[in-house]
Amino acid sequence: MPTNELLLRGSDLSFSRGGQLLLDKVEIAIHRGEIITVIGPNGAGKTTLVRILLGLLKPSQGRVVSESGLKIGYVPQRLQMDPVLPMSVERFLKTAGRFSQQEMIRALQEVGADRVLDCPIYQVSGGELQRIMLARSILRKPDLLILDEPTQGVDLGGQAELYQLISQLRDRYHCGVLMVSHDLHLVMAASDSVLCLNQHVCCSGRPEAISQHPEYLKLIGDSVGPSLAVYSHEHDHSHDIHGNIHTLDESKEEGHG
Amino acid sequence: MDDFIWRALLAGLVVAMVAGPLGTFVVWRRMAYFGDSLSHSALLGIALGILTGVNTTLSLLLVCLGIAVLVVWMESRQQLSHDTLLGIFAHSSLSLGLVALSLIQGLRIDLMAYLFGDILAVTTTELYWIMAGGAAVLMALLMIWRPLLALTVNEDLAQVEGVRVDLMRLLFMLLMALVVAVSIKLVGVLLITSLLIIPAAVARQFARSPEQMALLAALAGGLAVVGGLFVSMQWDTPTGPSIVVVASLLFFLVNLGRASNSAS
Repeated sequence: MPTNELLLRGSDLSFSRGGQLLLDKVEIAIHRGEIITVIGPNGAGKTTLVRILLGLLKPSQGRVVSESGLKIGYVPQRLQMDPVLPMSVERFLKTAGRFSQQEMIRALQEVGADRVLDCPIYQVSGGELQRIMLARSILRKPDLLILDEPTQGVDLGGQAELYQLISQLRDRYHCGVLMVSHDLHLVMAASDSVLCLNQHVCCSGRPEAISQHPEYLKLIGDSVGPSLAVYSHEHDHSHDIHGNIHTLDESKEEGHG
Repeated sequence: MDDFIWRALLAGLVVAMVAGPLGTFVVWRRMAYFGDSLSHSALLGIALGILTGVNTTLSLLLVCLGIAVLVVWMESRQQLSHDTLLGIFAHSSLSLGLVALSLIQGLRIDLMAYLFGDILAVTTTELYWIMAGGAAVLMALLMIWRPLLALTVNEDLAQVEGVRVDLMRLLFMLLMALVVAVSIKLVGVLLITSLLIIPAAVARQFARSPEQMALLAALAGGLAVVGGLFVSMQWDTPTGPSIVVVASLLFFLVNLGRASNSAS
């Protein structure tokens, strides 16, 4: 249920490093109640865009304006928890602020991970860790959730569930959601709008429209026909036994324009 | 027992109480080599203090902080890796300190005391300084514990959630420089890092939470100080190295115990 309440807007965002242009005049606006997904090939600048919107990176050009007092819940691409730091899931949640045990259990229940409350955080699986990160975010009662590839290291069935969960959390907390994904087909059901990025914004709009958009089809490769594109899973990576993703060939997907 | 032993014991326990909790962060943030760079540069600070007539503790602190800032700055502009840079800094500042000390005319100092510590020679005034410095570090660490832990988990996440990451990093380095200044009398510039990381490594085997690990590290450090002093008195061995030897023994015993437990 997207509303008109503007949470965060990035205007004319460009970013270059070492003479290389990574982002070119990107426009993006996120409203309360809306789920926006940024998709694009590897090296398209998705994470750079997210880092700029979070204020972790200064754009070379353009600016980011946010609603005053905006509280952001951030789920980084891949959180590495080192076993050298002894920390239970409960203690980990507390690094986000002071919460009662009840609040924490309720948050974990909402994401379906309440049984790991006492487990060491460095022992939980990739999918569980992402759920715990979501629980940690909602404990802070955010206005905006920003998720960078939230399903990395999660198997396919788990990915669909996770997207469904994100959509449920949006409904329950009535926050805005910005997420990054490399796979349009999985996020289609869960997104209100999609922004297709390859340094610049190739196209944006409702997911059904994007999946047929010529710019999008050109970007994901001409080898896949339009009818097939909706159902195919772009195998630009493989999964190892733990579900970790290994990129096979980053140069395969070439940018254009 | 003689007074000097009580002073040594007290000074050692204070340092252990501070170095333990701070050392857990050194271990969590993988900064052992950074600790070496800081402590080795302390000798240069002392030499500069003697040369310029400034209080040696103050010049030591300034040089340690200068090195810390220089390392951070170099890292952002260099293609060399973290450990290479730190290695260069650690050894060049140590050598520079030794060279500077040798150049000071007519100076007769006990170099061994600076390199390996001389805890039995702690004076009452020095003891007060150690206690004051230790209390200051411990209080500061308590105050920044929560944000420091948050950024240890993930710096980006901490920054998005409002932690002033750069300020915390700087404060942490300042605390490390203070601990180096406080513990130099105890174990000397060459062995200070061991007081930071060995007790923390011992504590990791038992700890279930970050706070537990910090407390257990303080305890393990205290045990090493008591044991080291005892060994040193009993067999007339150098005290600083004896403390480190006892700490290492604790570490190996704990790990052996763990290994045999999990094997059975």
